[in-house]
Amino acid sequence: MEFVNPEGLRLDGRRPMEMRQLRAEIGVVSKADGSAVFEMGNTKVIAAVYGPREVQNRSQQSNDQALVRCEYSMANFSTGDRMRKPKGDRRSTEISMVIRQTMEACILTHLMPRSQIDIFVQVLQADGGTRSACINAATLALADAGIPMTDIVTSCSAGFLNGTPLLDLNYVEDSAGGPDVTVGILPKLDKVTLLQMDSKLQMETFETVMQLATEGCKAVASYIREVLLENTKQLESRRGV
Amino acid sequence: MRGLQLSLDKGQKLRFERAFEVLESLSSKANSDASVIVADDISVNNEDAILKGHGTAEMNDRLVATLCGVVERVNKLVYVRPLRARYKPEIGDIIIGRVIEVAPKRWKLEINFSQDAVLMLSSMNLPDGIQRRRTAVDELNMRSIFEENGVICAEVRGFQHDGCLHLQARSQKYGKLKRGQLLTIPPYLVKKRKQHFHHLDQYGIDLILGCNGFVWVGEHVDVRDDMVEDLSDKSEKQKVKSWNTLGDEEVEAYTPPDTRQNICRSANAVRVLSTLGFTITVEIITEIVELSKSMDLEVHEMLGAEFYVIVAENEAERRSLPTKRR
Repeated sequence: MEFVNPEGLRLDGRRPMEMRQLRAEIGVVSKADGSAVFEMGNTKVIAAVYGPREVQNRSQQSNDQALVRCEYSMANFSTGDRMRKPKGDRRSTEISMVIRQTMEACILTHLMPRSQIDIFVQVLQADGGTRSACINAATLALADAGIPMTDIVTSCSAGFLNGTPLLDLNYVEDSAGGPDVTVGILPKLDKVTLLQMDSKLQMETFETVMQLATEGCKAVASYIREVLLENTKQLESRRGV
Repeated sequence: MRGLQLSLDKGQKLRFERAFEVLESLSSKANSDASVIVADDISVNNEDAILKGHGTAEMNDRLVATLCGVVERVNKLVYVRPLRARYKPEIGDIIIGRVIEVAPKRWKLEINFSQDAVLMLSSMNLPDGIQRRRTAVDELNMRSIFEENGVICAEVRGFQHDGCLHLQARSQKYGKLKRGQLLTIPPYLVKKRKQHFHHLDQYGIDLILGCNGFVWVGEHVDVRDDMVEDLSDKSEKQKVKSWNTLGDEEVEAYTPPDTRQNICRSANAVRVLSTLGFTITVEIITEIVELSKSMDLEVHEMLGAEFYVIVAENEAERRSLPTKRR
């Protein structure tokens, strides 16, 4: 299958290095401490953060740091073919763990001892790159909940099809079976917190693909920062003196 | 906007936006670019010695924010005041909490903090008002004082060495709250003041603005010392009871409809203000209640789209006034 046509356009009309449209909204769940919706093109994810709150399971309580929990789920209507997936299947447990580890890396857990932070992410529309969209949504929700973090984590995926590195794969490109590199970075510190890849890639091409994904992360970061700053300013101006 | 699902028509939308523009322009004059988000640099003069406060961290010899909020500077101290965050207790704060557990010698309260607060049986006045050692009998009768899911007003006593947050209720004004509504609002909207207990005489209601973002609106109760209530009064009461159609308990448990309406009106005022994200003080609440009364609105109409717009416009007007006077 041809994923990049001779004019250099992808199936959805993007250039190889082009990202899908981003959209983020903060404060979508009124009862949660923090919440956000994040869209990357047709992928749409909602995240809600509860906490820091009292630990539910006493045996998990730790006296020097907060417990971070994460639950990932996919809405039944999120994919084209409506499938009833059992809760806690392998895929969602794996992604839950990935998101938890990525977020734990940036949360200053030692500031909130004897408490737990719950992150719930649900995919409302799946069109490739759900993993990165979930991480971006979770970051926004955590920042909205006022949880101290060293930096915001942003994530983006990249692939390699038809001999060209492609940024931000959609569902069709994702299911082509080519390599899919998901990168999560801390943009300020310039550190990688997440790196996953399906299938194989040559050493030299991997470098370029990863570089591309990192650039994507930085673009996402600048967008997220913009949204957060606007939200903070708005809250402050409404509050007044 | 958070928690605000209104169907505004075109005119209302325009007025809404205009009001918020006014608010924005007012605040931007007051503090320019003090808002920071996670991982933003905080500009400090490196030659001065500074103290890093909450919400800041040092990274590669630079001071960065770890929260979204507003940078505050007090002499050498630099900290970030978070906006949307859970409550952070300070000693002496007046708070409202909900009992979630009755444990040995203590009640556990949910107070919108990262842990549950503890109210010890020994750190509260007994209902009979006598100062004495708490016995095992008292411990068994704890449920007669506060039950699960009861709403309580108390004061922050401090952190114990094991890290638990302890409360105290050593006055008649603290204790169980009855006959009213509990509202939860983001704590950053409640300003710390000298007074958190308010008695709105004209409506016959009590208003307690808990520092933790829990607001209580209820029927006014006279704070009286139970010990003063003499026993001779009781016998008289019994006489009255015999020829009163309403039983004594029934009279006590009865709230007049007017008061009920006033409770709901004030509660709705708090709801409107908190969804719009405005600071909540007694003055503003009474102003909104009066506004709704003068407009002849029913209690439920206060949550309609039109009233939200009016409150926003009112707030914009109110805030623009004092600056002109200066």
